[in-house]
Amino acid sequence: MKELRTDAWVQWCPGCGNYGILSALQKALIDINRDFSIVGGIGCSSRIVYYLKGSFNVHTLHGRAIPVASGIKLSKPELLVIVSGGDGDILGIGAGHFLALGRRNLDLKVFIHDNAVYGLTKGQAGPTLPLNVKLKAMPYANVHDAINPILLAFVSGYTFIARAYAYHIRELKEIMKEAMKHRGAAVVDILQPCTTYNDLMTREWFEERIYYMDSIPDRSKLFEKMLEKEKIPLGIFFKEEKETFEERLKKAKLYKQS
Amino acid sequence: MKKVVRGFYAVAYSVKLCRPSVICAYPITPQTEIVENLAQMYADGELENCEYITAESEFGAASILVGASAAGARVFTATCSQGLILMSEILFNAAGLRLPIVLVNTNRALSAPLSIWNDHQDFMVLRDAGIIQVHVENNQEVHDMIPQAYKIAEDKKVLLPFMICMDGFKLTHAYEPIDLLEQETVDSFLPPYKPEYYLTTKKPIAMGCYAPPPFYMEFRVAMQNAMLRAKEIMRKVFREWAEVSGRDWGEHLAVDYPNSRIMVVAMGSIVAPLRKVVKELRSEGLDVGLVKIRTYRPFPVEDVQKELGSSEKIIVLDRSVSFGYEGPLSIDLKAALFGRSVEFYSYIVGLGGRDTSKDFLASIIRNVAHNKEKPGWAFKGYKEFEEVIP
Repeated sequence: MKELRTDAWVQWCPGCGNYGILSALQKALIDINRDFSIVGGIGCSSRIVYYLKGSFNVHTLHGRAIPVASGIKLSKPELLVIVSGGDGDILGIGAGHFLALGRRNLDLKVFIHDNAVYGLTKGQAGPTLPLNVKLKAMPYANVHDAINPILLAFVSGYTFIARAYAYHIRELKEIMKEAMKHRGAAVVDILQPCTTYNDLMTREWFEERIYYMDSIPDRSKLFEKMLEKEKIPLGIFFKEEKETFEERLKKAKLYKQS
Repeated sequence: MKKVVRGFYAVAYSVKLCRPSVICAYPITPQTEIVENLAQMYADGELENCEYITAESEFGAASILVGASAAGARVFTATCSQGLILMSEILFNAAGLRLPIVLVNTNRALSAPLSIWNDHQDFMVLRDAGIIQVHVENNQEVHDMIPQAYKIAEDKKVLLPFMICMDGFKLTHAYEPIDLLEQETVDSFLPPYKPEYYLTTKKPIAMGCYAPPPFYMEFRVAMQNAMLRAKEIMRKVFREWAEVSGRDWGEHLAVDYPNSRIMVVAMGSIVAPLRKVVKELRSEGLDVGLVKIRTYRPFPVEDVQKELGSSEKIIVLDRSVSFGYEGPLSIDLKAALFGRSVEFYSYIVGLGGRDTSKDFLASIIRNVAHNKEKPGWAFKGYKEFEEVIP
């Protein structure tokens, strides 16, 4: 087995969902066996760039992982380019870039480490935290409504949309591999307990609610599945073959000649 | 009332006493706990007639404050480093809109490489923005500066954003006994904000309109006039504060041992150890004094000329770099003292949280005093290394 882990000391709290994501990602990358690059933003999640031996990994600025990854992919199309960032990074400060990637359908893999808090700055409400929820480090309940990453990805134009759970490493690995095999913008919303700051969405909380969908939902059932709240469906929601950004650019360049 | 508190609280408590109407921020180390303290006060009902908003980014936070300030609200935010430069587009805009937004920057290094530690590179980006910039040495000074900042920024002859710069970690995280201000003291010193021009249906105005070449320049001249007027208004407010609070922090500069042969110039928390070092070196017989720059913009040219114009050697300790030139503070001082026969020893120290111990500072001054250094500029306190990109 090809060893992908670096010898860097892993700086996450005991029990953090990031360990599961790191494990699954490593296993998926070994199976896929392609040269890859991981791009992280700022946050606990983004430290993952130090722990796997990519061709080159980049620790970018807060919220900017997607555009930096886009630059890497456009100049090195042969690479498998992965974006790893938290919900705060990708759906908060970097939300505009998240939408733009969907519109482009550039061949990037966005793995959202979704724990609904800003862990690195000690437990403020993240963009996926439900309205009126008060976690232990917050002085009062959340006044913002939660973003639904699956719906947002769909309306933005992502052509592969899935949800997974950080502690289910085997299933997460398979979903990551499907995302990596897909041609186009893929997003996997990875539900992840934050053992230090999210005292609501704990392992028990998630495991009482999550279930795996039998198959990719039928178009007629898609919105119902995306909006489900009481129980949380996991698996692939949506998959579509569509012209990628790379193909569109090629066409644009040849526009005059045709 | 003296209380041992951290720098965060010294800021937050003072902001509360200034009765802001809108506070908006985004978390960033080492600033976060300033606004966390304010959020707690908000939740506890201690912030009357005030709204507290966590924005989606610093860009969002500063923009929300532009809207609130334009509508006549007294506003506050805190940030640093990447957060400050993400705000920079809006802050330049706010200065042009003449909005007296008060912010605290907890000075932190800029990326890359990623660093959360203290130096002075971040606020230098905003040096030319039309924002008043004051630097503090300790947490009592920042506590005292906040009411003064509002009073100066909101003066109708000024109306510019005001940024208080305090060193991240070194001050923010430090516990110090702080003489916490009383509400009555602040109320008697700082009147409520009643702007003459703001967004209201009673007297409609438009803000931020397009100014083509025949109009644009006059607005910028007006900004510069306001900055220059601020110099005198600040002097007055600083004096008034000394009377109100009983604490005299000096004016634009604070000078120890004026008219010494060697003068050391610095700003921020490094001034505190320097003060001790200078005192010790004087007991060794060195003729050395210290100038603390409190106001960095508007730059107090006249004060600099008065206090430094006749010294023989000036040691400038910069904590940032104007890459391709030298330390920005040194550049400004040289311009202010153009034509004077003074030797400059300009050193860039303490980048990205590199320690600047008393011994280190003393050795720098001793070397200059004992003619072991040539005039010029240099980095001090870095390790010899081989460049990867030669």
